[in-house]
Amino acid sequence: LVPQAPTMFAQRSHSCASSVLLIALLCCILSPPAQASKVSEQLQTQALNPSLRWFHCVLLLILVSLCCSNCLHVVEPMPVPGNDVEAYCLLCECKYEERSTTTIKVIIIIYLSVVGALLLYMAFLVLVDPLIRKPDAYTQPLHNEEENEDARSLAAAPTPSGARANTVLERVEGAQQRWKRQVQEQRKTVFDRHKMLS
Amino acid sequence: MVNAGDMNGSGNLMDFLDEPFPDVGTYEDFHTIDWLREKSRDTDRHRKITSKSKESIWEFIKSLLDAWSGWVVMLLIGLLAGTLAGVIDLAVDWMTDLKEGVCLSAFWYSHEQCCWTSNETTFDDRDKCPQWQKWSELLVSQSEGASAYILNYFLYIMWALCFAFLAVSLVRVFAPYACGSGIPEIKTILSGFIIRGYLGKWTLLIKTVTLVLVVSSGLSLGKEGPLVHVACCCGNFFSSLFSKYSKNEGKRREVLSAAAAAGVSVAFGAPIGGVLFSLEEVSYYFPLKTLWRSFFAALVAAFTLRSINPFGNSRLVLFYVEYHTPWYMAELFPFILLGVFGGLWGTLFIRCNIAWCRRRKTTRLGKYPVLEVIVITAITAIIAYPNPYTRRSTSELISELFNDCGALESSQLCDYINDPNMTRPVDDIPDRPAGPGVYTAMWQLALALVFKIVITIFTFGMKIPSGLFIPSMAVGAMAGRMVGIGVEQLAYHHHDWIIFKNWCRPGADCVTPGLYAMVGAAACLGGVTRMTVSLVVIMFELTGGLEYIVPLMAAAVTSKWVADAFGKEGIYEAHIHLNGYPFLDVKDEFTHRTLATDVMRPRRGEAPLSVLTQDSMTVEDVETLIKETDYNGFPVVVSKDSERLIGFAQRRELILAIKNARQRQDGVVSNSIVYFTEDPPELPPNSPHPLKLRRILNLSPFTVTDHTPMETVVDIFRKLGLRQCLVTRSGRLLGIITKKDVLRHMAQMANQDPESIMFN
Repeated sequence: LVPQAPTMFAQRSHSCASSVLLIALLCCILSPPAQASKVSEQLQTQALNPSLRWFHCVLLLILVSLCCSNCLHVVEPMPVPGNDVEAYCLLCECKYEERSTTTIKVIIIIYLSVVGALLLYMAFLVLVDPLIRKPDAYTQPLHNEEENEDARSLAAAPTPSGARANTVLERVEGAQQRWKRQVQEQRKTVFDRHKMLS
Repeated sequence: MVNAGDMNGSGNLMDFLDEPFPDVGTYEDFHTIDWLREKSRDTDRHRKITSKSKESIWEFIKSLLDAWSGWVVMLLIGLLAGTLAGVIDLAVDWMTDLKEGVCLSAFWYSHEQCCWTSNETTFDDRDKCPQWQKWSELLVSQSEGASAYILNYFLYIMWALCFAFLAVSLVRVFAPYACGSGIPEIKTILSGFIIRGYLGKWTLLIKTVTLVLVVSSGLSLGKEGPLVHVACCCGNFFSSLFSKYSKNEGKRREVLSAAAAAGVSVAFGAPIGGVLFSLEEVSYYFPLKTLWRSFFAALVAAFTLRSINPFGNSRLVLFYVEYHTPWYMAELFPFILLGVFGGLWGTLFIRCNIAWCRRRKTTRLGKYPVLEVIVITAITAIIAYPNPYTRRSTSELISELFNDCGALESSQLCDYINDPNMTRPVDDIPDRPAGPGVYTAMWQLALALVFKIVITIFTFGMKIPSGLFIPSMAVGAMAGRMVGIGVEQLAYHHHDWIIFKNWCRPGADCVTPGLYAMVGAAACLGGVTRMTVSLVVIMFELTGGLEYIVPLMAAAVTSKWVADAFGKEGIYEAHIHLNGYPFLDVKDEFTHRTLATDVMRPRRGEAPLSVLTQDSMTVEDVETLIKETDYNGFPVVVSKDSERLIGFAQRRELILAIKNARQRQDGVVSNSIVYFTEDPPELPPNSPHPLKLRRILNLSPFTVTDHTPMETVVDIFRKLGLRQCLVTRSGRLLGIITKKDVLRHMAQMANQDPESIMFN
């Protein structure tokens, strides 16, 4: 389930400047080597050094090719002396991580713009809209909520289907008013009457 | 949000702005659908398409498109759900770190991403790099010391309050239905209830945006439940594009079941677990065809999320576990103990949370939702900051608790005393005695556990999107890890005791505390939600292996048994009862010996049943009857003397039909006779034109006799999804039983308040 090395590098060589593939390299746990005891002896000497706790080494490399062949360049400071470095690096364990920085940038910026737009619209609805609407004579009917809607629908005059609001602006107005009514109903149900969603 | 009007594309583009004209055959808000009618309408539609497909090539192609539209909808749902989950994950990652500092090279990077390319990090200080600066460093150029700590603390609280306030304002102004978890309401919707606007586009947008805000604010909630709601909104949106699903409420609910599976799949990276969750917890009717389609939607969603790759390691959740160390039979005992803990915690949580939510519903506490959110956020932020285990996001905490301590771990929890002579490969580090860091971690974890248990009770149910899975798993993981470390140290220091001697040699890796954390998480989640199979499958898909199925099952089974001993309901059923939704649970058993006469209306002493006659009522009589009563439908009988049943007419359709007739048909006045027969009745001359309403009459209403046991009646209601059922004796109509009556009766039998069933 790890991206295969060859495809990753094909991608890297064709990647554009804005997208950087970064790979983390975790390194080097010592396991009892079957080889020369000289190596293990030296390594055990190193182990007694309190500043090197458990033979871990430093990570983070940009654009690494095959893991362990670059262990020589990557690991810093090298905990073993020079001639044992290769034996040490044979025990490397590679882990891949891959990020697409463009995706992160695009998603965060889109998210922030959506939040900003919603904030502006909310400010408009809460602050500016009541001031604009006040000169209009028509206000929402302040009936009690228990009014029988069916009686109203039976008795009410049918909406003339031919005489629609003509301009696009008026239809947008109408749609917005309907949406506001819906949200108000929802708010009454949830926040005031606590009928739903506790 | 259904456009009940007919948008066949024949109108121009601006038609969607107009008010939708209600159609005969659609349902009103807060009413139950008629499953049988939806099913028969779908069969009719299918038959018509099949018969027309033989006429021409174009009709054949249309029939193929119709057959494939189901799969197209699933694909679209998977894509959108996966994308939204990826956006949510990335945004949460960034905003959570925003509380502590900011990345100077590019402000959109989170802490980990910022330090990733840096050369200055070392292994010991993996998260220190000069590009990332805490707020104290940025503002007063100090990174250590008391003033820096206080400044960081203050800014952490400020950011948390800012996010929470923004979230609750957005919910309140734009989409009040976006609060809460969503799963109880979706369960009710899938059982046939209509809540207009609950799965609408504004709800989708606001829920996604505010979910990021509240998870980043550090509150003790999760995003899994709301992700199910988001996925169902996507399902509703796409099903409204195809007339096969937009006009048929029954088919639409099949799509919603599949969408719920996709939601859980992206939340946990568990497609199979998602399908089973949808089957077990959320759906009401789950035909086998839906099983395959849900799986497809869940897979597409998981694949989409994987290609967005929010966590950088091709995993879908932060707390994916990758080790496979074995466990031993003797460890079943602590696992069962964890199961008992999970069951007890589940019971405690459900009782306290329902009590608190009831208080919120009925007292003055409910009048200040915004203030409540702010106060709880402030308390959470103030208490959470000092403890490093609660300061970070809950997913990261779970991830750290689940992980085994390899040699590379430098966290406090892995501060074991290493024997310098010991040399072992990665996976097999033997048990070691605990260092001082581990002891510190233990008491910090204990404090964090108590805090999380208390604060989640108050957080779940506030007027913000809040989920329950992650906090439960965190509680269980903390308890499990503590038990695991305890067992590990016990095994290390007393390896010669009988219980350890057989399986734990000194120098071997016996106990994996990470596994205990996983088992604890599963136990607590099972105790609160009472999930069974889906829980185990989700947990084993999280661990990627079958090794740990037996411990997980043992814990899940134990926690369910213990929790069921105290109360039968999980948290979602409890919330359904609290809100009075008309949900007839298939898991309840009705074992009382009442008969249909005991439940039917009208009871003895009540007004007689309001009926319509076949051909002797005028339009005015019908309108008066509708105005004076508020029943959802009226039985139609032959005449008032012989009360033999003809059929059943719905209120909404009567209203619409009469309104249409008054507008369109000539000669229909208040004195016109309304008839339901095939031919008009004999009328005296000069009488006004009669009105034929046979087409709205349901000629096959369900009837039972008065001596039918209620057990059978409840079964019929459940299996067929009825809304009402007529009671007859010797062919004569006696009364009516509605779903509300059944629910009230069941509540009464269970000694609950029957008046708490509020909806029809």
